[in-house]
Amino acid sequence: MRGPDASYTQPEVLYAHNTGGDTMRTATGDTATDHKEPASGDAAQAAGEPRLTGHGLTLAYDQRTIAAELDVAVPDQSFTVVVGPNACGKSTLLRALSRMLKPAKGQVLLDGGDIAGLPAKALARTLGLLPQSSTAPDGITVADLVARGRYPHQGLLRQWSRDDERVVAESMAATGVEGLGDRFVDELSGGQRQRVWIAMALAQQTPLLLLDEPTTYLDIAHQIEILDLCARLHEEEGRTLVAVLHDLNHAARYATHLIAMRDGRIVAQGEPGEVVTAELVEEVFGMPCRVIDDPETGTPLVVPAARR
Amino acid sequence: MSLTGIRTSVIRTPGGLSVNYRPRALLVGAGCVVLALVAAVFAIGSGEYPMAPGEVIRTLLGQGDPADAFIVNELRLPRTVTALLVGAGLGLCGAVFQAVVRNPLGSPDILGFTNGAACGALLVIFAAGGGSALLAGGAVAGAVVTGSLIYALAWKRGMHGYRLVLVGVGATAILTGVNSYLITRAGITEASRAVLWMTGSLDGRGWDDVLPLALGMVVLVPLVLLGCGRALRMMEMGDDAAYALGVRVERTRLALLGTGVLLVALSAAAAGPVSFVALTAPQLARRLTRTPGPNLLPSLCMGAALLICADLVAQRAFGERQLPVGVITGVVGGGYLVWLLASERRAGRI
Repeated sequence: MRGPDASYTQPEVLYAHNTGGDTMRTATGDTATDHKEPASGDAAQAAGEPRLTGHGLTLAYDQRTIAAELDVAVPDQSFTVVVGPNACGKSTLLRALSRMLKPAKGQVLLDGGDIAGLPAKALARTLGLLPQSSTAPDGITVADLVARGRYPHQGLLRQWSRDDERVVAESMAATGVEGLGDRFVDELSGGQRQRVWIAMALAQQTPLLLLDEPTTYLDIAHQIEILDLCARLHEEEGRTLVAVLHDLNHAARYATHLIAMRDGRIVAQGEPGEVVTAELVEEVFGMPCRVIDDPETGTPLVVPAARR
Repeated sequence: MSLTGIRTSVIRTPGGLSVNYRPRALLVGAGCVVLALVAAVFAIGSGEYPMAPGEVIRTLLGQGDPADAFIVNELRLPRTVTALLVGAGLGLCGAVFQAVVRNPLGSPDILGFTNGAACGALLVIFAAGGGSALLAGGAVAGAVVTGSLIYALAWKRGMHGYRLVLVGVGATAILTGVNSYLITRAGITEASRAVLWMTGSLDGRGWDDVLPLALGMVVLVPLVLLGCGRALRMMEMGDDAAYALGVRVERTRLALLGTGVLLVALSAAAAGPVSFVALTAPQLARRLTRTPGPNLLPSLCMGAALLICADLVAQRAFGERQLPVGVITGVVGGGYLVWLLASERRAGRI
């Protein structure tokens, strides 16, 4: 997949674009460099431990505890979705998994090692995060913004390699924004803009990608468009995706693994087909409902109970 | 696969190294440098003993007669070099602060750093009479203390631009009061010297005024441009986005604030707290380059051009009466600030 660029000295978590079970794993590049790449996790893999896990996480802003004693595992090659009511701690959990928030207690393990000890750029080559709100700089073009996703692969004297160029073009093609390269980001529609941000995250070439509410502020058609895109990236490229979503029905339809949270606790995790029941929805959201089969996909569909 | 819309050009070596540049930004920077050099030649040529530009250039190249050489190299060149360096330093640190704070009002004059430097320098003038090195030391100490206080007060789970601006406005008000108090306590000769210095003046600058600033810039400018420039560009998108891309946000910000404060302090020590150059240079540069990003290098060049031109105007435009350069930058910069606020308001951003 990669061009045999002999000059390419930085280690990189290689990422195969074909699908195919366990061969989708990563391989580390040249390890004789100053950066310590996360190991491909041979030990962890042998034990069947997923690449990204959180153990006994207590998450707090200043003195305010958001969540306590969370144990969470993101299955490899899954499309994991975190759901729950407002302020249940789901975005906070995502921030902790991406090291943006240091847990007050517990640790996040990436490939068996504590995520806290990784060099910043090495982490950014393995795990990407699309924050809920990012600002597109004034007057930036789509291609320039997507190109910024290459930052963790670049250095002072390696600012724009042919590899960078190729990956940016591929990322734009994968998200369907390849025709928008020279448009200004601030003149795009909300849906297009979100696809551009996702393209930027893809250009980072991380096997793990975390998305914080990627569908917020979009209308329903664009929400589905973004979720279809995520599902495709997950299926075709085998990336492990973790998304925080508001809409339980979207979560049930697209997730392969669901984590339901309430008041800083994980109430349930597992396949949507097993997890999403009327009892669980009532427990998590406090809303009486019926759960039926989605006529389109056969996944669970939550129908709120009618007013009596 | 072809890629359109990339606004940067690239130079690649066979060894696999590559360097990005923005053609338009380079052009703007080069234009400012040319303007600054032309203005510098005219500035050197002006005064009680006028010299033609050709003569100035010949003398600078070491081919003039000894009397001219003395006037140019010892009397006039230090002032011109001070103007260029101070302008460059202020332009660069203005661009840094505005990018870190993500607010066009985030310039060191408004954030209180300039007044902090002035406070330190005034204390040195009154306590020790003040040589250039002492003055520089006092200004650096004043700016660093002010900077640390503002950082400590405005820092809470990352730094928010507006909080920093508001705390800075408060600090500016307090320090202005302190500075005025210091001046009222001083004797009449010291006080008038201090007032002239406070306006921002380049009169009577010698090589020993240039030295601390020049040394500081040799270290600080590469540190900012090469060490932090690319990370700063990522931080434009927000702390979270930058962090996700592998930028050590807090460390970068602290390094930039530190170098910025030192640049302000050394500039203030050399020329007094010249107002508004740090505010206007990055904004003008950005509008000319039409390139996103902090535009560090163009802002640096723009600052140098602005200050040398302002000094030329201050020296020559009012006949016999010479003005301190700070008066010109203040009037032009103040007008620019009003225009900026009005146009941002029309655009619905403030």
